[in-house]
Amino acid sequence: MKEFGYSLSPSSRVDLDKVDKSKQNRLFALEPGFKKCMSCGSCSATCSAGNYTDVSLRRAISYIQNGQDQLAVNMLRNCMLCGKCLIICPRGINTRNLIRNILNVYGEKQI
Amino acid sequence: MRERFLFGYDPFVLPFTLGMVFIVLYLLIGSIRIIIALDKQERMLLLKSMNPRQLIITAKDVFVDCLLHIKIFKRNLLLGYMHFSIAFGWFMIILVGHLEVILYTPQRNGVLYYPVFFRYFVMETQQTLRGAFFFFLMDLFLLMILSGIALAIFKRFRSMALGMRRTTKLKLGDRFALYSLWAIFPLRLLAESFTANISGGSFLTKSINHLVHGFVTNPDNALPIWWSYSIALGVFLFSLPFSRYMHIPTEIILIFLRNAGIKATSFRNGYAESEIYSCSRCGICIDACPMGVNRGDIKFSSVYTIRLLRRREDPSEGAEKCLMCNKCVEVCPVGINSTRLKLLYRQSINDSGQHNFSYLSTIKERESYGKVLYYAGCMTHLTPVIYRSLFNILDKAGVDYTFMDKDGSVCCGRPLMLSGDMKGARELIENNKRVIKASGCKTLLLSCPICYKIFKEEYQLDGIEVVHHSVFINKLLKSGQIKIKKGIETYVYHDPCELGRGTGIYEQPRELLSVAGTLKESPEERGESICCGGSLGSLTMPADKRRKITEHSLDILNTNNPDIVATACPLCMRTFSPLNYKSETADIAQIISKNLI
Repeated sequence: MKEFGYSLSPSSRVDLDKVDKSKQNRLFALEPGFKKCMSCGSCSATCSAGNYTDVSLRRAISYIQNGQDQLAVNMLRNCMLCGKCLIICPRGINTRNLIRNILNVYGEKQI
Repeated sequence: MRERFLFGYDPFVLPFTLGMVFIVLYLLIGSIRIIIALDKQERMLLLKSMNPRQLIITAKDVFVDCLLHIKIFKRNLLLGYMHFSIAFGWFMIILVGHLEVILYTPQRNGVLYYPVFFRYFVMETQQTLRGAFFFFLMDLFLLMILSGIALAIFKRFRSMALGMRRTTKLKLGDRFALYSLWAIFPLRLLAESFTANISGGSFLTKSINHLVHGFVTNPDNALPIWWSYSIALGVFLFSLPFSRYMHIPTEIILIFLRNAGIKATSFRNGYAESEIYSCSRCGICIDACPMGVNRGDIKFSSVYTIRLLRRREDPSEGAEKCLMCNKCVEVCPVGINSTRLKLLYRQSINDSGQHNFSYLSTIKERESYGKVLYYAGCMTHLTPVIYRSLFNILDKAGVDYTFMDKDGSVCCGRPLMLSGDMKGARELIENNKRVIKASGCKTLLLSCPICYKIFKEEYQLDGIEVVHHSVFINKLLKSGQIKIKKGIETYVYHDPCELGRGTGIYEQPRELLSVAGTLKESPEERGESICCGGSLGSLTMPADKRRKITEHSLDILNTNNPDIVATACPLCMRTFSPLNYKSETADIAQIISKNLI
């Protein structure tokens, strides 16, 4: 039974001042292609894992830019690293290296 | 033949003797370290290989690989001769030297330095001419070595003449060993010539003795040259472990271990250590490496990565950039599996299992009892023309098939494995295995060599035949289920790395193409085909460098102006087609489908 009336939804505000920039910079250094992304979504459209889960590299990149890195990591954990996005990317971003490094830099087992 | 000195000793033998003792101890300790690093199973394998039959095979391999250098001869005749003359000549000099000692001065048998400096210690009495035959042999082999050394010096300046575009950059240890190696044999020639009027000699040494007779009337003048000969040997032996020439003794250890069936299980210790020390840094892999197109990437080729491993420095850049195309392994004269070492290195830093594939359990099986199950894999999904053509062929042949991943594929696990994450790859493998087994199929048909390799090697689908589409179509043709008409097109076949070098399928696709049209040759094909540049083996290679590799590979393929560059890999096709301006790019299934009658 849906309750009617007003409620407060949790804030979706992102405070960029609180984002850990050092990790982001490390990621940029490891995969410079990160900044080349134009969010065309080709990678998400072609993604093998995307057939079964909500994994989307395009969204993961914007999560990282917004400092919501745990969302990105949880999403990319489903990636099979098959390389379709690497071949399809019109900007020539080394997507596999990007995904690997996002997991390495932000993941639980940080390398 | 008589001894000149009562004790058979002179201080000049010391540099050589010390060097020899040093290197023998070094090798002994090294071998023990390697054996300790092996695990129990591997040691059992090594023990088992010590039976007479196996030992004969090993001895043959040592002879062919370490002395005759057949593999280098196959690459380039001059280069082969250079290595062969030095290695084989030196071995024969050592052998004949020992024979001389055994025959003429048996009381000195076993003295380390005696065979090396034999001619200093003996004098020829006029009654015997028995030494002449051996002296002739010695001079002959010395001449052979000297010709090899001359070639080696020439190669330093013009390596292209010996078929090598690029050679390895030397380190300090290499330089010491190299220059002393060059010095050893001319000095030996001089030293033996200086004493040839006492000890006797043959066509080389005797003649030089006559030439310089005025200078050596006082036999004491010979001593400095014997000293320098011994010092050159000493310097060589002492610098050996710090140089690339360590491969001379360690290659024998490597062949023993390899013939025992041992494979590297760590990137640095045990078997890997014998591989790393056996690398002669000849640089053949530098020319072979597709990354060499980008000049800055030459430093990432296998030879330098192995050098970093040997010095226990960080090899990560080279190990992660490598395309894993295996060409360096194919051309390596020592047979070092450097790709495996790089893969093991990747595993050691990233066997994290950070991935989460729990969603895979929801994938439903498809019924395919007793039929052919077709698995497209990720890459073929990007090039649907391949599976459409293939289905056309299968329909024509009346083959009953099921499309396993029609609604989207699950990766085979090979790309993840290449990234070093074995745990994640294992999960994918288990899931695919479940789906395939549940389908009850008899044959698993694949159109992607990347999948094909891992399905063959890691899946262990007992009872199910795993077959690549080029082989399958070939079978259909041979059994008469399909007929192909001969077109007017000319083809060049590009061997995909994973299909050719990876699983050894070279002939079947070529047979198909020569039935469908005229097959032209490419300058570098079969085992030496160049990676298309799209390889998933490389983790860090950026797009612009990949593009250069692709262009280079296409240039080579288009040398003989074919109408169509044919390949049997969706990834190669996908990589080639946008950049191939000189001809068309097509998969083998496409070509056959077009030429069906």
